This record gives sequence, C-alpha cells and structure tokens, in this order.
Amino acid sequence: MIEFTLPALGADMEQGKLLEWKVKPGDAVARGQVVAVVDTSKAAVDVEIWQAGTVAELLVQPGETVPVGTVLARLRAPGEKVPEGPARRRISPAARQRAAALGVDAESLPGSGPEGAVTLADVERAGAEKPSPAPAPERMPDMRQAIGAAMSRSKREIPHYYLSEPIPMGRAQSWLDAFNAGRALPERLLMAVLPIKAVALALKRFPELNGFYRNGTFEAGSGIHVGVAIALRQGGLVAPALHDAADKPLPALMQALSDLVQRARSASLRSSELSDPTVTVTNLGEQGVESVFGVIYPPQVALVGFGRVSPQPWVEQGVVMPMPVMRATLSADHRVSDGHRGALFLAEVRERLQHPETL
Amino acid sequence: MNDDSRYAQVISLLQEIAPEVEPEELVRDQPLRRQVDLDSMDWLNFLIGLHRAFGVDIPESDYGRLVTLDDVVGYLRRKAG
Amino acid sequence: MKTSYRDALRAALREALAADARVFLMGEDVGKYGGSYAVSKGLLAEFGPERVRDTPLSELGFVGAGIGAALGGLHPIVEIMTVNFSLLAMDQIVNGAAALRHMSGGQFHVPLVIRMATGAGRQLGAQHSHSFEGWYAHVPGLRVLAPATLADARGMLAPALACPDPVLLFEHVRLYNLEGELAENPEAWRCDIRSAAVRRPGDAVSLIAYGGGVPLSLEAAETLAAEGIDAEVVDLRVLRPLDGETLLASVRRTRRAVVVDEGWKSGSLSAEIVARLMEGAFYDLDAPVARVCSEEVPMPYARPLEDAALPQAHKIAAAARKLVAGT
Repeated sequence: MIEFTLPALGADMEQGKLLEWKVKPGDAVARGQVVAVVDTSKAAVDVEIWQAGTVAELLVQPGETVPVGTVLARLRAPGEKVPEGPARRRISPAARQRAAALGVDAESLPGSGPEGAVTLADVERAGAEKPSPAPAPERMPDMRQAIGAAMSRSKREIPHYYLSEPIPMGRAQSWLDAFNAGRALPERLLMAVLPIKAVALALKRFPELNGFYRNGTFEAGSGIHVGVAIALRQGGLVAPALHDAADKPLPALMQALSDLVQRARSASLRSSELSDPTVTVTNLGEQGVESVFGVIYPPQVALVGFGRVSPQPWVEQGVVMPMPVMRATLSADHRVSDGHRGALFLAEVRERLQHPETL
Repeated sequence: MNDDSRYAQVISLLQEIAPEVEPEELVRDQPLRRQVDLDSMDWLNFLIGLHRAFGVDIPESDYGRLVTLDDVVGYLRRKAG
Repeated sequence: MKTSYRDALRAALREALAADARVFLMGEDVGKYGGSYAVSKGLLAEFGPERVRDTPLSELGFVGAGIGAALGGLHPIVEIMTVNFSLLAMDQIVNGAAALRHMSGGQFHVPLVIRMATGAGRQLGAQHSHSFEGWYAHVPGLRVLAPATLADARGMLAPALACPDPVLLFEHVRLYNLEGELAENPEAWRCDIRSAAVRRPGDAVSLIAYGGGVPLSLEAAETLAAEGIDAEVVDLRVLRPLDGETLLASVRRTRRAVVVDEGWKSGSLSAEIVARLMEGAFYDLDAPVARVCSEEVPMPYARPLEDAALPQAHKIAAAARKLVAGT
C-alpha cells in the first residue's frame, strides 16, 4: 500500500483544506498526475502524486481541513494484489439509497462503518457539506498570516546579508528589441525572463546559493528551480517554481513564466511548483523602485531582487554615456555563504546579461 | 465598428487581465498603467488580447504610443479600420 | 407485588381454572409432583383430580387426548415437560391440531393450549435442552408464544385460552426463577398475543430476541450503553405469526440488527427474521444483519461447554459492536 499524504507546499504551510478529488477509488494514477486540489492559505493547489498506483481508498473528503502529513488516500502499488474479498466498495444499502437521492458519490467517501463501509451517516455528512468541490475560502487574512509567519521565521532565524550591484542593460535591451522586432506578439519575450535565466545559469557555479537550510545543515538543490515572486491581484504573493530554469531556452522560459503567472492568478498551481523552488527571484522594477532587498523564503538560502531599468549616466572606457541600468541585489543566508561568494555571484549575473545571445 | 464598441471591447479585454477594473472609473485620457496595476506580463497579455480580438499586429516600437485608453482605441481605429 | 416467573404462570393457571369449568390441566407429573418445574404445585389439592390430571408417559397419547377434548368443547391446557419430548406428539400437533380447522372447512376448532419448557442452561443434556420452538413457528394453523417477562408469564394464558386455534406456550427453563415486581392490577399484565414489544428503546442497533434471549439482550444493552452504544431490545413475544411491523420499524430506525435465537442458525427462526428484514428493510440497513445463536452441536451437558454453546450477553454485545464499529 502506498500512502498519499498531504505535502507541505511551502515553509509556511501547516495544514490544507481538501477542495476536490480528481481521482476515485479504482483509478490508475501516473507519477506526476494531479490527483487533488488542496487549498493552502495562499492558493488552491493542484496536488500531484509522485508514485504510480491504483487508488484504493480516499480517506479525506472535500471540505476537510487536515494537517500536513495526513494520509489523504491509499493506493495499491503496481502489481500489488487487490486484498481478498470484494474489490467493490462497501456501501451500506441505506447509504447507497441516500447517496443517490442526494447526488453524492458514495464510492468516493471514507467509510466509518464496519470494515470501512460507507454508512448512511457518512453520506449525510457529505451531503450536508456539498456543494462539492468545496468552495475556496476567503483567503486574504490567512495568506497575510502565512506570509507573516514565514517572513518572521526568516528574519528570526536567517542571518541575512545584502549585496547590491548595478547592471548595464544596454546590450540586453538592444538584443531584446531585435529579437522581438520580427515576432508576433505571442512570441515576444519580456525583459523579465533575461535576469531569471542569468540567475539560473549563474547558480550552476554557486550551488551554495541554491538549496535549503534544514535541521542545521545545507542541502544543495537537486536542480535549479527558480521561484518567481508573483503578486496576486487581490493582494499577497506566491513564488512558484520555474523548473530547471537554467536548461530552458528563453522562449520556453517565457512561455513557462506566462503560464505560471496565469495559473498563479487563477489559483491553479501544482503542488510541486510550490514545494520545489530552490531560490527566489523577485522583480519590483515594474512598480518603479530602483532596488529591492528581499527577505529569504525559508528554508531557501538566497533571494535575488531586480529593480527597474532606468537610463543613467554610465562611464565605460573613460567615456560618459547614457545607459539603461538595472540594480540587482542578493539577500543570502550567512550560515551557508559569505559576502565574497555572493559578490562573485552577482558579478556573474551581470556578466551573463552582457551576453544576452548566450542566455 | 464604432469607437463605443471599441471602448467596450478593450475594457472587457482589460477586465480579463484585471477583473477588479470598474469601467466607469477609468479616465480615458490618463495613462492606463497608472490607473490599473498592470505589470509587463499583464501588459503583454493585454496586447495579445487586442491582437487576437482586432487582428492588428502591434510592433514593439508602437508600445510607446499606447499610453491611455484613448490612445489604444485610436490606434485600433487606424490600424484595424 | 414481588413474584417469580413460575409463580406468575401458576397464578394464571389458577385464575383460568377458577374462571371457566371447561378449563383443565393435564400432563406428566402435573398433579401429585406439582409439575417438573413446579409450576402446577398445589393446584391438584385446590382443583381436584378431574381438573388437574397426571398422565402416562405418552406425549402422543395425552396430546391427542387434549385435541379430542378441545374438539369436544373443553379448553384443555396440556403441559409437556420439554420441547424435546414434544417431538413424540408432533404428529398430533402438526398433522392434527394445526390442520383440523382448515381441513374441516372451519367446522372444527381446536382451542387447545400446550405449555412446554424449552432451552438450555440447566445442565440437562441434549435430550432436554433444545429449542425447537422455531419448528412449530413454521406451521400454519398454530399460534406460538414465548413469554419472556413476568407480565407475559402472568398475562398470556388468558388470551391463549380465548384463541380458537391451538396455541403453544414456550417457557424457557432459565426464566422460571426470574423474580421481580408485578403489580396486582390485572392491567399490568393484560396483553395481546399478536405483537412484539420494545423492551428497551435505543437508536444504534436493534437486538431482536425472544424468551431466554431477552434478559441476555437487556444485559448486553447495558454493557453497550456504558460504551456509548444505545441498543434497542425487541422482544418477539409471538413467534407465529411474527409481528413484522414492529421489527421493521425498529430496524428502520436503528439501521442495524442482531438477532438472538437459542435455536441453531441453520433453518432457524433467526433465519426467518433475517429474511423478513431483507425483504422489508434492505434499503434501511447500514450493516449486515448479525445473528447470535447456539453452536451447531447437540447441547452439551458439561457446564463450560454448555455455556460456550449458548448465546451469552457478551456474545450479543460483541456482535453489536461489530455492526457499529468505526462509527
């Protein structure tokens, strides 16, 4: 038997409310398949399963709020024998009749009766909790609280150090203009993806900025999954992962970012996107600030911020010239890295952005 | 198509990106991105919406001419006829 | 008034003998010995050998004589020592008494009452301890009663005598010494011989029992109540015709049932009750119906084995627990 538990979708998540099952007993599931929708304080998240199998029973029903780690469902592993006895779900005659009247799917309910049978009371409980899927709750106050908890923990536990570096963006801007000039709107790139890619590539040489600090030790990330801070229109933010950002060509990265932003705002993120980020990038330049000194999202160990691109006088080879400049900042965990390495990392990001064609 | 229906369609595209927009609160001759919180991704998606709805191609060099709601509607009138 | 099941039966007999000259009692040892369970003790002296008659050891003969007397206009009460011995009279009861009104097109009635002891628990061995009342409950033309309370022991005889058909009254051997309060007012024991009775209301599970199973079920219900399981105890009282409505109403309310029957499971009265529940309350059930019956062996003599073979309160409670497990 495989136990499918409620994953922690971020450091600030302690519990989740099951909104909907996407599978029912008897369904075969593949690795990576979305099997449930769970509401965290931040978003309704499509939760994926990471083991293939066949759903044996669903133990939590839509509308229930359970702590992280709770077994939500049990699955039979591939090849695992169906236990002796009827494979058919035990549903009492009274429960079956009532379920039909209420339009409740008795097959998907957890049973509280003898041998796990679904009883009349189970059906009536589920019927009272309809409509299913359970409506997403008003989450603003919860989200504020969750962000507050995570950020307080960060500031309490993580000894931050901050570095700032102005980056000339003339070459990047010219390259981008040329790239976009011949392309239809949907194929165009936004400037925002270039720094993300530059960060991802730079992190390959600075693994101590990419990963997690847990239980007193640093664990390097198994990939470079850049969490992108996305402000939600109703307030608050999420920072879901762009998976393997260093390995994606810019158009693919642009598409992934566009998709991620859209799903973050329509509240249909996947669990892996919330739990996987190994680093966070935040870009507040759009809102006009020159630089941002971010708070690290635990248990990550670094956050890279970008400010607005603005024309400034710039000296190059003894000549003053106008130059679009963007200020990059690094907030990093002193338990894992030092300012020296952090400075080299920002320099690497700057260098990468001077060669946009290689991004 | 007249300007009224252009305004209506542009605003409805805008609302797809920013559902909180109240049409009557938009000032047509003031910069749109100062009235509605639109980041570059939102703006791009808005332009993609215009491109699909009106069949106009909007080169990046024209972005600077699309500041107010009036600008957008005027641009569409000229380009899409 | 404090009384016992045995005394209540005797009081009913005395009342019947005094009230109607057509009533008489006969059977093995009912006169001088006072009845093998001492139910008729003292009645011979009170009513004389015409009305309280000792018979030869021939169930076939004296039951047949009782049927003849009933056909001739009397109201005989025949006592058979135990239901095991009644099998010797089964031809008279089933082929004769039960069928005569129907075979005669309603011309002949057999207003006969046959009392007999049934059940185990007194170490009387396999020849004296079985529960064959279910066999009689199988037969149309008979009415089969199982008093389980002092009030029914006192009250059932009068309507049984008033019934135009043969009535079999089963007295469980473990009940004879049952003691308790019974009001002297006849209203306290006046009863019908049609309906089942809820002896203890509850909403979690119905314990359906009769005769000796009723006190066991009440005891089980107390145990369950201490665990938060509120069991209802239904006393069948009348084994034929069964009061289906009361059973179904109870099970429709509790949605779970344990049927307690000292007979064996196979082909038993309990099987009939389960079938009735399936026919009438299938869609109301929240769990399979459970049964607590005697083990399928001839009743052992040895005390531990007899206890092990019989329904017990703890077995009933365990069966009920399984039906509500998890809730």
